[in-house]
Amino acid sequence: MSALRPVWAVMRMELRRGVSWRSLWLFAMAFAPVVIITAHAIADHGHSLENETLIINGILQFYYVRCGIFFGCLGLFLRLVRGEIAERTLHYLFLAPVRREALLVGKFLAGVVTTVLVFGTGVLASFLVMYGHFPEGRAFLTHGPALAHLRLDLLVVLLACLGYGAVFLAFSLLFKNPVVPAVLLAFWEGVNGVLPAWLKHLSVTFYLKPLFPVELPITGVWSLFTVVAEPTPVWLAVSGLIAFTCVVVALACRRMRRIEVSYSSD
Amino acid sequence: MSADRRIVFEDVSKFYGEVLGVNRVTLSLPPGITSLVGPNGSGKTTLMNLMTGLIRPTRGRLSVLGLAADDSVELGRRVGYCTQFDSFPRGVTGRSFVRGWLGLHGREAKEADRLTAEALDRVGMTDAADRKVAAYSKGMRQRIRLALALSHRPEVLVLDEPLNGLDPMARAECLALFQGLAGEGLHVVISSHILHEVDRVSDHVVLLSHGYVVAEGQIHDVRTEVTDHPMQMLVRCNRPHLLAAGLFAADHVVEVRIHPDGKGLLVRTRDAAAFHRQLNRIVLETEIGLEAVSPADDDVGAVYQYLIGSDTEAV
Repeated sequence: MSALRPVWAVMRMELRRGVSWRSLWLFAMAFAPVVIITAHAIADHGHSLENETLIINGILQFYYVRCGIFFGCLGLFLRLVRGEIAERTLHYLFLAPVRREALLVGKFLAGVVTTVLVFGTGVLASFLVMYGHFPEGRAFLTHGPALAHLRLDLLVVLLACLGYGAVFLAFSLLFKNPVVPAVLLAFWEGVNGVLPAWLKHLSVTFYLKPLFPVELPITGVWSLFTVVAEPTPVWLAVSGLIAFTCVVVALACRRMRRIEVSYSSD
Repeated sequence: MSADRRIVFEDVSKFYGEVLGVNRVTLSLPPGITSLVGPNGSGKTTLMNLMTGLIRPTRGRLSVLGLAADDSVELGRRVGYCTQFDSFPRGVTGRSFVRGWLGLHGREAKEADRLTAEALDRVGMTDAADRKVAAYSKGMRQRIRLALALSHRPEVLVLDEPLNGLDPMARAECLALFQGLAGEGLHVVISSHILHEVDRVSDHVVLLSHGYVVAEGQIHDVRTEVTDHPMQMLVRCNRPHLLAAGLFAADHVVEVRIHPDGKGLLVRTRDAAAFHRQLNRIVLETEIGLEAVSPADDDVGAVYQYLIGSDTEAV
């Protein structure tokens, strides 16, 4: 059996399990903006391209990345291994002739595929509804740089799912109650804008920021606290986040190798 | 027999924090049926989890068919473990559960289907295989776990309380199945509280108490070594009173009781060999009609009682 075959087998098993009514909340998080944008398209009139672009990018940067994908990954990746322990089914996986690293990587990739598909589709639908409901927007979609924006948005979704997914998976293996560090991370990512420049580098949001196709203006009181740091080059942001993901997953694999099945103590 | 054919524990200890699982266990289990016997908390499940790689020893070494217990890939191929965790992934049917597991073994679809059907058939679950596991009775869930452990045709089958929840008929079928598998050269390691049933099929017994191995080996040999409890013999004959009078004269005889049905004796002796010589002599001298002579406490239950005591849950 090749090294990738067990990873693929675990991934398939995990993806099959993931499709159930229990994952409805993930779809709700991904498609909530689509509903709101649809209501906005129906109710509001006098749309301008500039305004709609700011709104859709605001939704992507503040809702999808900081809320939807963050909490979606939290709910999904924390349960990948911890859920098996809670339901006392981890031993079935450990008794299979599959290296524990392959088990973990298979589960992680299944989580990434799920979150990227769900949130990617959500972002795509939001994008199409936002620009599709007025003539100027439709022209932007067909003849403007909309596809380039969309490609970057989907890249952000992919990298956010990889980064947050890896972190939450590692939390679930390193901490008995991973919700506490997850809440701390949410706080850290939330205050990223007002952190000193050198501390900004220690967050996923910072590396995603240069990838957003449109920079949102910082206005009001918030601008008084915001520290502007030199943006990371795109190539470095992408490769850095991928490298970060690999390192965190490797750490999680190391922990996975040491896990013992003793449900009573978990 | 080489270590490649045995399950070997070398001075193995396992502690869960400060709690003792097993301590300084040294064992070498041959193929055949081995029963782990002991009260709750004696370390049976710990030993099984150790030999299947679910936990690691705190101290010592162990190998299964020559494989280190941390070689999870090879162990997974060659060992099947029916745990006592009565839990299943959500939404699975009996068939999809076993089939999915064989998928993790890298079996091709057709082969996985065939092995699944074979395992379900062996445990008598073919008819209920397509129902959700959540709707199964305890005994059915037990049999599905057994099917899972058997499905990839392991060389070592580890069964933690495999008779729990089964009705008498299913128990008899399972014991026959275990005997059949042991006959094929498999290691079958069973833990059970149902001593009289385990006793019937075991080739080898390991008695555990408070994390220590109290005794191990073939049950007759273990019984012989328990010298502080005289052996109990049942003698079936036509003149029990006359035989009792003759046996009383011997020093090694501790107690003689007439059997309640009046057709035999229960004799407790400190020296089984001397007892047999004495019995032969009496029978020749008095022409007593002897029907049968058999040990009355040469079983797991009695040995368990002598070595571990009566304050346990054995049945």
